[in-house]
Amino acid sequence: MMTLVAWINRAVWFGTVIMFASLGEIITEKSGNLNLGVPGIMFIGGFAGFAGAYYYENAVANPNVALIVLIALLCAFVAAGLGGLIYSFLTITLRANQNVTGLALTIFGAGIANFFGVRVLNGGTSVKATFANKVFTAKIPFLSKLGTVGDMLFSYGFMVYAVIILAVVIHCVLYKTRTGLNLRAVGENPATADAAGVNVTKYKYVATCLGAGLTGLGGVYYVLDYGYGTWSTANSIEALGWLAVALVIFATWKPLNIIWGSYLFGVLYWLYNYLPTILGITIPPYATQLIQMVPYIVTIVVLVFVSFRKKRENQPPASLGLAYFREER
Amino acid sequence: MRVIATQYAVELRNITKTFGSVVANNNVSLNVRSGEILSLLGENGSGKTTLMNMLAGIYFPDSGQIIIKGTEVTIRDPHDALALGIGMIHQHFKLVDVFTAAENVALGLEGKEAFNIKEISKKVRAICERYGFDIDPAQKVYDMSVSQKQTLEIVKVLYRGADILILDEPTAVLTPQETEKLFAVIRNMKADGKSVIIITHKLHEVLEVSDRVTILCKGEYIATVETGEATELSLTEMMVGAKVTLDIGRTEPVNPVKRLAVKKLSCRNHEGVKVLDDINFDVYSGEILGIAGISGCGQKELLEAIAGLQPTLSGSSVEYYPPGEEDKPCQLLGKSAREIHERGISLAFVPEDRLGMGLVGSMGMTGNMMLKSYTEGHSFFLRSKEPRELAEQIKDELGVVTPGLNTPVRRLSGGNVQKVLVGREISSNPAVLMTAYAVRGLDINTSYTIYHLLNEQKEKGVAVIYVGEDLDVLLELCDRILVLCGGKLNGIVDARSTTKEEIGLLMTNLKAGDSNNG
Amino acid sequence: MDKKQLKKSGGEPLVRIAKREGVPFWKAWGVRVIAVILALIVCAIFIYLVTKLNPIQVYKVMLEGSFKSKYKVLCTLRDTALLLGIGVALAPAFKMRFWNIGAEGQVLMGGLATAAVMVYCNELPAWLLFVVMLAAALCAGAIWGLIPAIFKSKWDTNETLITLMMNYVAINIVLCVTNLWRGEKSSMGTINMHTKAGWFPEIFGYRFILNIIIIFVLAIAMFIYLKRSKHGFEISVVGESANTAKYAGINVKKVIIRTMLISGAICGICGFITVAGRDQTISTATAGGYGFTAIIVAWLAKFNSFYMALISFLLIFLENGAAQIASAYSSLNDYAASIITGIILFFILGSEFFVNYRFVFRTKAAKEVKG
Repeated sequence: MMTLVAWINRAVWFGTVIMFASLGEIITEKSGNLNLGVPGIMFIGGFAGFAGAYYYENAVANPNVALIVLIALLCAFVAAGLGGLIYSFLTITLRANQNVTGLALTIFGAGIANFFGVRVLNGGTSVKATFANKVFTAKIPFLSKLGTVGDMLFSYGFMVYAVIILAVVIHCVLYKTRTGLNLRAVGENPATADAAGVNVTKYKYVATCLGAGLTGLGGVYYVLDYGYGTWSTANSIEALGWLAVALVIFATWKPLNIIWGSYLFGVLYWLYNYLPTILGITIPPYATQLIQMVPYIVTIVVLVFVSFRKKRENQPPASLGLAYFREER
Repeated sequence: MRVIATQYAVELRNITKTFGSVVANNNVSLNVRSGEILSLLGENGSGKTTLMNMLAGIYFPDSGQIIIKGTEVTIRDPHDALALGIGMIHQHFKLVDVFTAAENVALGLEGKEAFNIKEISKKVRAICERYGFDIDPAQKVYDMSVSQKQTLEIVKVLYRGADILILDEPTAVLTPQETEKLFAVIRNMKADGKSVIIITHKLHEVLEVSDRVTILCKGEYIATVETGEATELSLTEMMVGAKVTLDIGRTEPVNPVKRLAVKKLSCRNHEGVKVLDDINFDVYSGEILGIAGISGCGQKELLEAIAGLQPTLSGSSVEYYPPGEEDKPCQLLGKSAREIHERGISLAFVPEDRLGMGLVGSMGMTGNMMLKSYTEGHSFFLRSKEPRELAEQIKDELGVVTPGLNTPVRRLSGGNVQKVLVGREISSNPAVLMTAYAVRGLDINTSYTIYHLLNEQKEKGVAVIYVGEDLDVLLELCDRILVLCGGKLNGIVDARSTTKEEIGLLMTNLKAGDSNNG
Repeated sequence: MDKKQLKKSGGEPLVRIAKREGVPFWKAWGVRVIAVILALIVCAIFIYLVTKLNPIQVYKVMLEGSFKSKYKVLCTLRDTALLLGIGVALAPAFKMRFWNIGAEGQVLMGGLATAAVMVYCNELPAWLLFVVMLAAALCAGAIWGLIPAIFKSKWDTNETLITLMMNYVAINIVLCVTNLWRGEKSSMGTINMHTKAGWFPEIFGYRFILNIIIIFVLAIAMFIYLKRSKHGFEISVVGESANTAKYAGINVKKVIIRTMLISGAICGICGFITVAGRDQTISTATAGGYGFTAIIVAWLAKFNSFYMALISFLLIFLENGAAQIASAYSSLNDYAASIITGIILFFILGSEFFVNYRFVFRTKAAKEVKG
């Protein structure tokens, strides 16, 4: 039972990281931009948030809880948003190829985060933002003490609950508001949206930068909670970034599917660590990787299945990956 | 803005619009009252759509006045037009496929009140009830038929409060029954006091639905007449204009032999609409067979079906009679373009979309020479000498102006692009040569070069099929003219004895028996 | 009249953007060179602001990273060759407008197959061993390229996403197999340490010289394949327009599958030479992210082997240079390479806009639009 709870905890932490990133990528892709810079943006956001919190808590004697949360989130959101801005400028205004720009952003983002990261490390292998970690992992009082249920459902930091609310909010915005309708139209058929008076460029810019900002929050959550508040040169942000891209496909571009999809990915990702214990068997170490491969394979299967069934609701936004140039309509 | 006394809801005064050296509209005027249906009649390329696009804010006129309900206005974009109550339903629908009808209506709407799709659906339903539309607000666009999509476009415009509606060839995609329904709707709008402008070239529809007709010909304003006083013949005369002598030169066919026999040819487009319906005709060597018709009446599909690029319905047949072996006909349908080529059937095809189909825009002349013949020979590599020589030869013989044989053909002017394409097709020594709108967009000199090339081929005994839009050219170039109307064969006439009016009537008017109860 | 190309003119903004064709060769490359220079200036400002070092001095040290010794020059060539090789593999796919983002995985699978042959068939005579290694690598890479091609041609499945996912499947397979091979040891170690079976022979004292030669031959072969062969012609037509391909009687599905087999197979070769000629072992770092970087190389070079070589060299030069400055200055580190690379890529990507589009000012607009 203990193992099962630990497994679920891991899956939820893991899921929260990729849920932020996937939600950001969904907003971006709904505007027709396929941003393959997710890992880079997570790096930027994660580092900026960590650095903000780290310097703040070391600069003042009694760091303020609300302030440190605000600083961490704001730094991550703004820095990651700037990454999105670079991508937007290149792909929307200068019409550079989206795939190539995204990959360049991944290189750049990982570089910038690690470059400054090494300077923060100052020769060491890892540094810890102790106070920020405590704030980000603070469990819900009382409820988390309700035995197993408490451990399973209520013993997480606030970001875990925030992201679920965020997913629901994004769902509502996309499907229940005028803005969401216009945004989806931009990703499906920018010429039609343009003719209907929607400012295509503005929607693409805002969606991409906002999406990048959210992706950055995934990065900061990774560092301050999932990664125990430590920054080190060796981390797996990049792998999680690509899993977030996969999750968007797996969820067929629907925010509500992201919620369970991300936890499922978490369960699968950590299966190797817990399932053998639960079943009382030992699996050879090499099987671990085979199991970790499952999320990707599942995603491929979903992708093929979706294209094979051709159900219109499950397709990628129709103009995903294409630049819009009004004179070509 | 200036207030001008007028009895009209819309008044266009002396509108001129040029695109480069091409005059699309020259000093055109037009007016519509409230509660009136006006037909805007003219051949392809007579400037109807351009004129209306200026009203809808797509183009901006070079000179002239637009007066809406007594106020002189400037319309810069579709937004301005909608604000003035002008809504245009374009030929190509602007709808998001995965959205419902109501969502498409809501797209781009501004408003301070909370967004409520149910409220919008309710209003959509109200509009539908009022005009007798059959649209479910919750239905997805991809599940809709063409006519439903068109209806949705009309609903979109009405929802935004438009009282001046422009419909660009609304019946082109509709069945006769659907057309009847649309006309009923338009009459309803008229009764509602709205002004309706229909762009069309179908005479019987003009006579059936409109109050007045304004006729354009080659960008010029011809006349505006009361429908009650017009007949099909009088309208046709105004639409086609006086006969112009072109002096193309035409010889009598020598030893015509049957080369192609088209039987019961039918096909559907990807939307499932029957675009060719039971076409039967023969093509002879040494003659030019003209194909006339309003654009989109099946010309493209007819040529592509013969060329092996368009799937046909079962029962269709296109037989080819090889030169010298006319007793051994060979079925073309069911073979791909490659198979036809490999069987040594020399079928040349100059498609309408020159750079998007007939040529590879990013390649030079040399590369394009190989497009159909690159597989020849057993070598793994392309031959380089023959195509280069061929390119050189075509460049010299047809006077193609290009910086070099490897300059991407995309960069050449329209006339030179067409010379490259026609030159290549002729160089294959075809037995059948099909051309679609071979002189569209070309200047006079290049056009004559093309006519002469076609005549040369004819004299060599090639069976030439010429799809054209300029009736004067068809009359002087061709030996026989086949007229398509709505995907059906509406008659084959002798080009030497027929008149423009006769062809005009055949183009716009299905003969009794097939007409709109079919 | 092509009305789609036209725009209203009178109410237009002062400047608008139009596509342009036929920019002279020197002008297009002038724009790109200016972009790289601007990028280097931006990098210099960045270096100065962050470290207060003299950027000129830093760039000088960077030069040493690639040119200080004969060995460094050769290493630069070796890495350039690998990056170029993957670019060469991607070129036909990209030219066909097939987004093969899966080179990383295809290289890894090729490398893994090579390593497997080295581990299990090391008794074979040397020449046969090499043949089997090469064949295995070719097949493994080709299969990894074939899978997305089949789905693409059959159901039009988005190839960008599928190839991306397949990278991680490949990475995990490599992790799994190396785990199996190393057993209780902490790392794989070098394969056939004592017999040196399956190791490339030394040329001028280095095994990886053969890598450079192989890639050099491949690059030239690919250049000829794309420019001169019938297959290359078909690839160009399919990439340009599906309609034209149909008109010319080309079987588009066949071309997609054949091209991806070739693309994957060449990635397999890259994996083969990396394992046999450079590492003599296999790990997830075998491809080292080059599979992604090569995408940028192929795209920027417009699939031309010679430009690809040039851009590969530029990127490797930057990487080596950054390693050099990281060891020379305590205030800089290895990751500066990624930043500088990223900035230069952003500038080159952005510069394409000025090659492909032009600004039309309103006074000229009336003359520019044509009927």
